Order: sequence, then C-alpha cells, then structure tokens
Amino acid sequence: MPEVAWTDSVEPKPGATKPDAVVTARGVQRFFGGLRAVDVDHLEIQRNSITALIGPNGAGKTTFFNLLTGFDQATAGSWELNGGSIAGIPAYQVARRGMVRTFQLTRALPRLTVRDNVMLAEPNHPGEAVSRALVGFWKPKETETAERAGQLLERFGLLHMADEYAGTLSGGQRKLLELARAMMVNPEVIMLDEPMAGINPALTQTLLEHVVRLRDDGKTVVFVEHDMDVVQEISDWVVVLAAGRVIAEDQPEGIAGNSDVIDAYLGTHHGEAAS
Amino acid sequence: MDLHAALIAGFAAAIGPTAIAFAISALGLNLQFGYTGLLNIGHVAFMLMGAYGAAITVENGGSLWVGILIGILAAVVLGLILGIPTLRLRAEYLAITTIAAAEVLRLLVRSSWSEPLTGGVFGVQGFAGEFFALNPFDSGRVYDFGILPINGRRLFIIIVGWLLVVLLTLLLARLLNSPWGRLLRAIREDEDAARSLGKNVYARKLQSLTIGGALGAVAGVVLAIEQQNVVPDSFRPEITFIIFVIVILGGAGTIWGPVVGAVVFQFLFFFLDRLMRQAQANVPYVDEVLTAAGAAQIRFVLLGIGIILLLVYRPQGLIGNRREAVIGA
Repeated sequence: MPEVAWTDSVEPKPGATKPDAVVTARGVQRFFGGLRAVDVDHLEIQRNSITALIGPNGAGKTTFFNLLTGFDQATAGSWELNGGSIAGIPAYQVARRGMVRTFQLTRALPRLTVRDNVMLAEPNHPGEAVSRALVGFWKPKETETAERAGQLLERFGLLHMADEYAGTLSGGQRKLLELARAMMVNPEVIMLDEPMAGINPALTQTLLEHVVRLRDDGKTVVFVEHDMDVVQEISDWVVVLAAGRVIAEDQPEGIAGNSDVIDAYLGTHHGEAAS
Repeated sequence: MDLHAALIAGFAAAIGPTAIAFAISALGLNLQFGYTGLLNIGHVAFMLMGAYGAAITVENGGSLWVGILIGILAAVVLGLILGIPTLRLRAEYLAITTIAAAEVLRLLVRSSWSEPLTGGVFGVQGFAGEFFALNPFDSGRVYDFGILPINGRRLFIIIVGWLLVVLLTLLLARLLNSPWGRLLRAIREDEDAARSLGKNVYARKLQSLTIGGALGAVAGVVLAIEQQNVVPDSFRPEITFIIFVIVILGGAGTIWGPVVGAVVFQFLFFFLDRLMRQAQANVPYVDEVLTAAGAAQIRFVLLGIGIILLLVYRPQGLIGNRREAVIGA
C-alpha cells in the first residue's frame, strides 16, 4: 500500500477539509415527509483514496449514495465532482461525468452474457445510437471494447465465465462482475454500496484486494460497509453517519475510540446509571 | 373427417396476408416487449394508426404511398404521446396507458362525431387501388400451385408481403445485433443497472416504443390493403393479445421468433377451426354437445390450453434459447 500521508494533515472532525477533494457536498438534505433521512452539512472526499461510510442501520448511508449518484432527488443542497456541480442531474449523466456506483443487492443483467455485461459499460460506443446501429461503422469500436472487456474479466477472475449468462454466476462472482463493469466505464470515483454483503469470508479477501487495487489504479473509492474489520483493513478515511448527519470523521485507527461514534452505535446512555 | 382439407386451410392461412400482417406487428411488439421489456398492451392502436392514416389520406385525395407514410408517422407520434409521460415511471404505467389508449382510439374512430373523417362504424373502403394497379398478375385468374390455388390478387399481396417481412426482419436483426440492441436487452434486464453505467435509458425506451409502433402501423397498412376496408372493429383489444401469443409462441427476444410464431399461429388457428367444424358436422354425438357456432369458438379454448402447455413445457417459445428462458423465470 502506498504511503497515505494526507490523512495525518486532516483534522479528524465532521466536515473536515481535505487537501485534494474530488467530491464536495454542501448542505445535502433529503426529507421523506417529516423524516430527515439525510442532512449532511459538509463532506469532502479525498482524491485517490478509499473512504468508508459507516453508520447504524437507518443512518442514511444508502440514501446519501442515491442522492450523490442521481438515483434520488435531494430536498436541498449542492455537490460537486471535480469542482463541477452534479446536483440534480440524471443518474446516467452522473455516471458519464465520472462517478459510477454499484448496488447493495447486485444487479447483474442475468440474461446477458458476462462479457456483454461488461461490454455494455463502454462509455462512448457509437453503435448505441440507433442511426449508427443501422448504418454501421461501429465494428472497430466493438473490437476495442471486447478487448478491454476481456482484460477486465481476466483481472477480476471471470474470464472462464465470459460466455455464460450472468444469471448463472454465484453471489460473489456477481460482486466481481459489478466491479469489472464499473471499471469499464473508466470512472474517477467508484461508489460501492456494501460490496462485501453476503460474501463468504474467503471471497471477502479477494474482493478487498480488488478494491485496494482500484485505488492503486488512481480511482477514488467510497464504500458503505458494516463490517468494522473490513473498514479497518482497507480504508484510508472513515466517515460516520448517524440519523442522516456526519457525526465523525477520522482515520480508521481513531474512529473506534470516538465517543460520538460509540454513542451512535450503542445509544447515548450506555455506561451511565439509569435515570 | 377430411384431414387433407383442414391441412390445406391451415396452410393457406399460414402464408396468407393476415399472417403477414401479424408477423410484422409481432416484430414490433417483440422489439418492445421481447427485447426492451416494455409492456405495451395496446399494440393494436399502432396498427389502427397505420390503417386509418393510409385510408383517410387516400379518401381525401392523397396518394396511397403518402398515406402509408402518414400512417407510420401517426404511429410514431402516438408512441411519443404514450411514451414521454410514462416511460420514466414503472412498467405498469405504460401497460395501463397503452391498453386504455387503444380502446379510446377505437371508440373515437367509431363514433358518429368522427364519422366525416373515419366513416364511423362503416369505416373507409376502396383506397388501395394504387397498390393493386402495380399487380403483374391477373387479379381475376386463379393460379394453381398443385394443392393450393391462389388468385392473382392474393398472390401479389403474399409475394410483396413476405418480401417486406424478410426485409424488415433483416433490418431489425441488424439493429438488434448492434450495441444498441445490447443496450435494449440490458434495459429489459435491469434499467437501473444500465442507468448506473451511464446509459440514457429513457431515450432508448422511447426509440424502442416508437420503432415498434411504426412496425405496428406497417402491419395495419397490410391488413387494410388486403381487405380494402378499414373498420374500427378490426382493431379490438384481442388483436394485441393474439400478437402477444405470436411473440411468445415464436420466442420472445429472438430475431425470427415473431415470423415463425405468426405462421404457426395462423396455421393452427385455421387448421383447428376446420377440424372442429368438420367434427361438429360429421362425427356422431359431437353435434349433440357442440353447436355450429360453438365449434367455431372452441379453437379459442384449444388455443388457450396450447398456450398454457407452451409456457409450462417450452417457455422459450419455438426457437428461443431454453437456458435463457429458465434464467429469466
């Protein structure tokens, strides 16, 4: 792992300023009726790092993901990718700008082959325009796409399954497929919603190595996770959400001792005499 | 019973103009439903647009060829009107909207209010002269093809029609085997996944709906030309369901499935019809449980049973891929 010195220069508090923020969110709010699901005052994500987003169930982690990636409409707020606003734009345009997400429940396209799943993600395919599809002249790009897809499938250990339907993959293989697909878009930021959920421990290690390698390739990774061992092992920075708010930010070593975090997970009155 | 006559009747229907129209219509529905996953339960509305577009244009002094274009254009506009508000929403909204729109349109062209334009319940007749003027065969003559005699008028429609079916299927195959087709299948599988990968799902769904609708319009034109007669009640809702049966029978999400489905459907439908009528008239005791009118209806029952058996034992249809169908289930 490369030396990640930037973490030492950042003050461990909610809304901390990062030396090189790729994503900046300001005042992002989402109300469901009277319920305030997300209320993030300020959050910066450091470029080329792995940031874990943790928090108790119902903290708003996935909702916050949905807002940032255009899969849900924020009640208020603004957020930027590389200094350009991506607030309120459709999900597919967020992906085109360079922020790609995966889903908590994997979304393999079951009746497409594994290879087609990955090839689909090519961001600039002329053959996806109906006129070009009819006239032709997309074959060279298709060859190039197939080549790139083949490389990614090999990297994620799925090449032997390339011509099978994605519906025949195991749960773990589907997670790998989603990572390969996300990489095919060639994004700057990859948002992983519980990448380790429902994966057996042996595969978890493989998946972790793949996630670390994304960062080593220059990507920024943000992921939602419940397993604190996983968080401790791979993340550079941890952001804690509770009741929709960022209550703490720190290096993984520091976060477990943070009293606000303990309160959020275990309740405010633990260790005190019942009153 | 005369099995020979029943087979001939089935065969005549299988290659006939109605099979051609159903095949083209099914190509459109297969694009929408089989490839894109759009639940268009009002496909007959697009056929209606094609047929009336052509007929009304000629009735008002236009050329038939212009009329056909207007019919197709009208179907595309209908696709946009139905698709723009509903394709952003869940699949059910398109389903409800299309089935309602199809009935509304049929009742509208049937109403006395629109009679000056559409002819109301009587419809529009005799507008396809320009097509039949091109007929190289003698309309009055019956051409003998061994077992199946075909008159010159019908022969012309059959030849032009099947050429059109092959041409349209090949064009569609070109589209569907491209990255555009791959994107449509991805949308069918999971549109949020496609969205998360940067795909403009809405635009592709709209394209699929309108192109499929245009094919429906072409099918409507074929029906109209064959009958030289466009009446509202040719466009009842069950036509949509017959087209769905054809798509599933042939194999939803396959290139040639709709064509195979249309031919087999028409064959079975008319073969069974003839068989039932014969049984009713000739077999002892059958006439006691079945009236002549009942015999004509029982093919629908047999058809329903056939579809159930098909879905249980061959969900991929006649030419679909079994593995693919099982994954989807």
